[in-house]
This record gives sequence, structure tokens and C-alpha cells, in this order.
Amino acid sequence: MLNELTIIDAHEGLKKKEFSCEELTKSCLEQIEKIDKNINAFITVLKDSAIESAKKIDTEGNFDNYLAGIPLAIKDNMAIQGVRTTAGSKILENFIAPYDATVVKKLKEAGAIFLGKANMDEFACGSSSETSYFGPVKNPIDLKRVPGGSSGGSAAAVAIHECIGALGSDTGGSIRQPASLCGIVGLKPTYGRVSRYGLLAMASSLDQIGPLTKTVKDAAILFQAIAGKDPLDSTTVERPAEDFLSEIEKDIKGIRIGVPKEYFSTEMEGLDKEVRKRIEEAIKKLEKLGAEIDDTVSLPYSPYALSVYYVLMPSELSSNLERYDGVKFGYSNRAGKTLLDNYMDTRGEGFGAEIRRRIMLGTYALSAGYYDAYYKKALKVRTLVLQDFLKAFEQVDCIVTPTSPTVAFKLGEKVSDPLSMYLSDIYTVSANIAGIPAISIPCGTAKPKDGKVELPVGLQIMGKHFDEPTILRVARNFEIKS
Amino acid sequence: MPLTKKEVEHIAALARVRVSEDEKETFSKQLSSVLDYVNQLQKVAAEGVEETAQVTGLENEMRKDEIRIASKETRDRIVKNFPEKDDDLCKVKSVFE
Repeated sequence: MLNELTIIDAHEGLKKKEFSCEELTKSCLEQIEKIDKNINAFITVLKDSAIESAKKIDTEGNFDNYLAGIPLAIKDNMAIQGVRTTAGSKILENFIAPYDATVVKKLKEAGAIFLGKANMDEFACGSSSETSYFGPVKNPIDLKRVPGGSSGGSAAAVAIHECIGALGSDTGGSIRQPASLCGIVGLKPTYGRVSRYGLLAMASSLDQIGPLTKTVKDAAILFQAIAGKDPLDSTTVERPAEDFLSEIEKDIKGIRIGVPKEYFSTEMEGLDKEVRKRIEEAIKKLEKLGAEIDDTVSLPYSPYALSVYYVLMPSELSSNLERYDGVKFGYSNRAGKTLLDNYMDTRGEGFGAEIRRRIMLGTYALSAGYYDAYYKKALKVRTLVLQDFLKAFEQVDCIVTPTSPTVAFKLGEKVSDPLSMYLSDIYTVSANIAGIPAISIPCGTAKPKDGKVELPVGLQIMGKHFDEPTILRVARNFEIKS
Repeated sequence: MPLTKKEVEHIAALARVRVSEDEKETFSKQLSSVLDYVNQLQKVAAEGVEETAQVTGLENEMRKDEIRIASKETRDRIVKNFPEKDDDLCKVKSVFE
């Protein structure tokens, strides 16, 4: 089935004219029509425009670019001009984006096809894709379980072949964790690699857009297409031109891989025994492939990373979400007498509970009397977490850990206990705090505590700033040779 | 230290977010438990440590002070998104009493 192809195989097929872009696109759309009522991976499906674009690409007949004619899903917190962009929230239920995000513009120029906007936790705040105003996303492997979050729609769509690849965003693990729970590949680039222009901001110093794909090479291709300095995002960094595929299959003999002791200790609570076994097996495989495993590596401030994240992220979120006030766009309740009433009602009704909780956390941490103890302190501990990595990377070339402490949990299991949901991020947040790149790749399956069917486990590989080539290479070697 | 109902009300007002009576109770418990967790940061000795607000190290990313005109489609869509309008002016309630 054409929708089951990878980006590379679809690209080859299109180039050799084995099938048309229209056929490929329709194959994905048929899958969406067939099963998305059970998965709910899409908030908006762009059936007509996707077919129209596909026909145009077929007529032009130029499939030189890897992504020409490739049907993708785009997480619904990225603006596509003229398309409803909701961020999974009621407050933007009918918001039509007036412009294209830079990543969208780049993909359009490459000839990619947009199948639709992927469902997500509201404003990317969550680890399960259950807080979406448009209903939760289901894990395609077990419909009673979560796909992870916040890019759960993107991950599920890729896993169940509703698309050939997808874009997600990652602030504390939102690409990697759903990739892990759905058994696919997810890459969070180095902060500053990919423009955030057109990404509805959650936490501006932590957010990054990245690919969710079926294979590591596909992730490299999609990453290549969206990376680059952008004058419209002053936090993007100028980098020399690089080809992320060129060395991806070079062997990993002699690569020093760190296994930080803190990540496997009891201080990082909640690592499931079966998940741990898969990770240990994965590390042994990497050793067989010639890598040098170094388990003396230490990241002493790791146990504080989650606290740093849950102070900094809500603080930045509370500021970024001030713009959703019903004044210039979005849901607007103007029934109240005063402007203040309108603000309170619009935001009270437009935002779900988790968003309002996080906004309040952030407001509190930034308020007079608490700013020093919470926000300023978190900024200092952020430096310490960053320094941990810089020191470790003098000793090793990359670091491996589990992506998620558990396999996919059941829908509804953690929604009423925010703190237990936050603990899902324990292995992923450090990479956002330090700004380093990190990829999650499938490394087997494990039985959950509360079920019989085995579920995917993800291995996380973290690298030095701007060293996506090394983590892609380690990931690719693991993928093909294990 | 658990958040009181009054504190929850104060924060909600600062944040311009309506919180229902039931939610005040629930949120106060949930927020308190999160704050308890992040209070771990108090244990960290960080005197003399510099704050990291952003990791790129970039400073003063400047651009020319030139106007970039948005396309007509962009402008039209922005106006179309106004919840209330008067021609192509966005209508709002008065800011000052």
C-alpha cells in the first residue's frame, strides 16, 4: 500500500514514475477516511487542496527534491495560510491563519503535500494528547491507550500510515515521547536550528519544531528541509551548509556513548522494569556495533531538571498566551460589561483546565515576592543543567537514556493528577533546557504493568549542540544493524 | 505550603483567567502539589551562578528599520479574524473607564 511507504521509498517511486503523487496522496487520504474516526489524529483534513496540489506536482513532474510530492501531516500549532489553525484549543477553534510558518513555506517550496493538521494537547501542554478541545488522540497500537503528547496526532498518523511523515514541536519532549510511545522516530533539533516563525509559541526559549517519521533517514531528510537561519526568527543560528544524509551510515566504531548514572538510579523515579531491560539491551547492541560505552558519565543536576522545566515553561507560557484575549482574533466572549470581564470570560471559557493551571503556575512564579525564589532560581539551575552536559560532552560524543519511563499508559489514567503526568517528561526535558539535539528511536517492545499486549519502547540519544550528524548516525546504525 | 483559595483568586485575576468555584478548590490542591515538587530547587546551592535565559548565546540580532508590507491576502485574513469590526477597523471595548 502506497501510504505505508517511507519518504525515501515514496520519493524513489515518484521519480521512477511507478505511481503518481495523486495516487500516493489518495492512498493516505483513504487511510485517514478509513480509520481516523478511531484514532482522531487529525483536527482538519485538507482533502481537496491536497489532491489539487498533488495533481499540480504530477503535471510539473519534477521529483528531484526528496520531499516533492510527499504527503505530510502538520501539527496544528503551525500556521498554514488560509487554513484553520487551532493549537488544539477552543480559543482558536475558528482561527484561519493569515500567513505561513517558515517551515510550512519551506516545505511548500520543496513540493510537499499537506494532508491535514494533526491533533495535539491544547497549546502543546501535555504528554498524552488528551487535553485537546477536539477530543483525545488514541494510540494506534492499543486504542485504549494514549499516543503520548503533545504531538500525539503527528505520531499516531505516522505510526498508522495516515501520512508518510509529519512535523511536530518539542518543548519538554513533545516529539520524542509520542514517537517512543507509538514506535516511530522523533527528532528534536538543537535550539536555534529551525525557525519558530509561525509556530504558536508555548515556551520561546525551549520550543523547537522537528520531524516524526518511520525511519531515521526520513527524519534526516525532513530535518534538512526545515532547518536554517531565518530573518523572521532572531533565535535561529547561522550554520555552515551541511548534508545530514552524507555520513549517516558511516559506522560507529569508537564513538563514545555515555550512560548517565543518574538516569538509571532511584532518584529518577518511575522507570519501568521492562522498559529498563529494553534500554539495557539496546546499549549492549550499540556496544556490539563498536561503540564505547561509558557509564561513569554523570549529570548531577538531572534530578532538578524537571523542576527547572516546570517553573520556566509555565512562566514563558503565561506570557506567550496573553495574546489570546478575544480582542483581535479567536474566541471572544463580549457579553460582560467591561473589558476586564471580557478577558476573564474569553480566557476562562476558551482555555481548558490544564492551560489555565499552567498559566497560573507561571503567573505565580513570575509575580512579585516569588520571582526570585522560583523563576530566577530556575534560570540559575538551568545553567547548572547546561554545564552538566557541556562537561559530559568532553568525555563522550553522545548520551543514551530511555525516552519515557513507561510504555503507553491508559487514557484517563493521569489526567486528574497533573504531577504524575509531568513525571512522564523526566528524561526528555533536559535536552530542551540545555538546547541540545535529541532523537528517539524504537528499540523493541515491553509489556505494560496493566496489560498483556506489548507496547513500543523508545531509546533516546542526546548529542552536543549542533551535532545532529552524530546522533543520526548512531540512530541509523542501531536501526539497520540490530 | 498549600495555596489558599484567596491566593488562587489573586493569581487568576492577575492572569486574566476566570476560574469557577469548584475549580478554585481543585486547582489549589493541584497547583500546591506542583509547587511542592518544584520547591526542590530551593535545595540547590546556586550563589554566583549566572542565569541562562536562552541557550544560543546570540545577542543583538538586528534588522534594518524597514517596513515589510504584508500581502493583501494576509491583511484581509487578519481583518477577517477580528471578532468585531467597523469597516476594517478592529472594535474593542473602552480601555479607560
